[in-house]
Amino acid sequence: MNDVASKVLTGDPRSIARLITLVENSSPEAASTMKDIHPHTGNAHVIGITGVMGGGKSTLICEITREYRKQGKTVGIIAIDPTSPFSGGALLGDRVRMVKLAMDEGVFIRSMGTRGMLGGLTSAVYDVVEILDASGKDVVIVETVGVGQAEVDVIKVADTTLVVLVPGLGDSIQTIKAGVMEIADIYIINKADRPGVDQAVAEVESLVDIECSNRDRKIPVLTTSAKNGKGIVALVDEIKKHKEYLKKSKEFDVQRRKRYEGELVEIIRKRLMNFIFDESKFKDKVELLIDQIFKKEMDPYTAADEILGKILK
Amino acid sequence: MERKIRVLVAKPGLDGHDRGAKIVARALRNAGMEVIYTGLHQTADMIVETAVQEDVDVIGLSLLSGAHMTLFRDITKLLKDKDMRDVLVVGGGVIPEEDVPVLKKAGVAGVFGPGTRTEDIVDFIRKNVKP
Repeated sequence: MNDVASKVLTGDPRSIARLITLVENSSPEAASTMKDIHPHTGNAHVIGITGVMGGGKSTLICEITREYRKQGKTVGIIAIDPTSPFSGGALLGDRVRMVKLAMDEGVFIRSMGTRGMLGGLTSAVYDVVEILDASGKDVVIVETVGVGQAEVDVIKVADTTLVVLVPGLGDSIQTIKAGVMEIADIYIINKADRPGVDQAVAEVESLVDIECSNRDRKIPVLTTSAKNGKGIVALVDEIKKHKEYLKKSKEFDVQRRKRYEGELVEIIRKRLMNFIFDESKFKDKVELLIDQIFKKEMDPYTAADEILGKILK
Repeated sequence: MERKIRVLVAKPGLDGHDRGAKIVARALRNAGMEVIYTGLHQTADMIVETAVQEDVDVIGLSLLSGAHMTLFRDITKLLKDKDMRDVLVVGGGVIPEEDVPVLKKAGVAGVFGPGTRTEDIVDFIRKNVKP
């Protein structure tokens, strides 16, 4: 086992942070360390938190984490914000809502940009979950970017997915649309100190009644007011119950296999994309093909065959 | 895969003026950097601990309260104690001319006062971050 891997396993923050940077940059050095730590993963409960922007996800995570700390559990947090499609830069501001956790040695927070991914996550998120898990964190929380309706990738990585809503987002037709409104293991109506909370709860409840009529678990709908710390204990308790349900129903392993599938696909995708678009000889070829497509000397399908033919043969 | 420069923009101490810090943060974002912003009223310990977890290349400190000689130097000292010599520290705000050489000696590599063009800050970071 290499030095970085063994330090990550002891929970050393600097080694954890360094390794995260390496996986984020798809550095070749990261792969051997990731191989070393994989056997030491699988213990952390991975919680995904998604929902509209400005819904209070970061504040909620801060309060949930404080509750876990009271219970003596250690927590790793991955806070994802969008990367600019124009500059490639990002403003990662979730920590502003988590100041109360800044000096707690039992908490490790990492802010990440999406770096081109569209499903609400970032490509390296699977690796970062593994790293925080291997470092001994009891709970790993993944905060997606603020989502609209269709960013549902978080279910691939999380054991338990929380969808955070706020009062006043729309009528019942919004709640029966496909996408984000299908992925919750627990619904949360946050900002419950605001008007309209009863209607929001009623609408989500009626959705749940229909969706869960033939399931053995009814999806709970909870209300929280994260800034006042209200409803947090009940929420953490409900998250625990969901894990117990997963274990009892054998869904837990199904969920984990889904994560490894996501991770595997992501590693292959990244390597293929790098191979096609970054390796010097292919990059020139791709540019040449785009020229030909542009001049109508070739069509995009034939061009794709040419590139993929080189890899697949 | 390209490596992105990660910058922690932090406001140490009791100072509620964060417009400048936000403008710099946005300029760095537009220059393709990943900027971690942590909000107001950070202690030196909080800033350094955040720098560790976020594995930043640069810490950008903004201070308009006049306490820069204490707080900036607390931070560079903590970084030295933790052997984080590869982190570039820059600072900005209302900083008198005569304080600049002292801060530089203490490990603040660049000091940017009022009227600095954001392009100059971007260039300075690009030139001085260790690859």
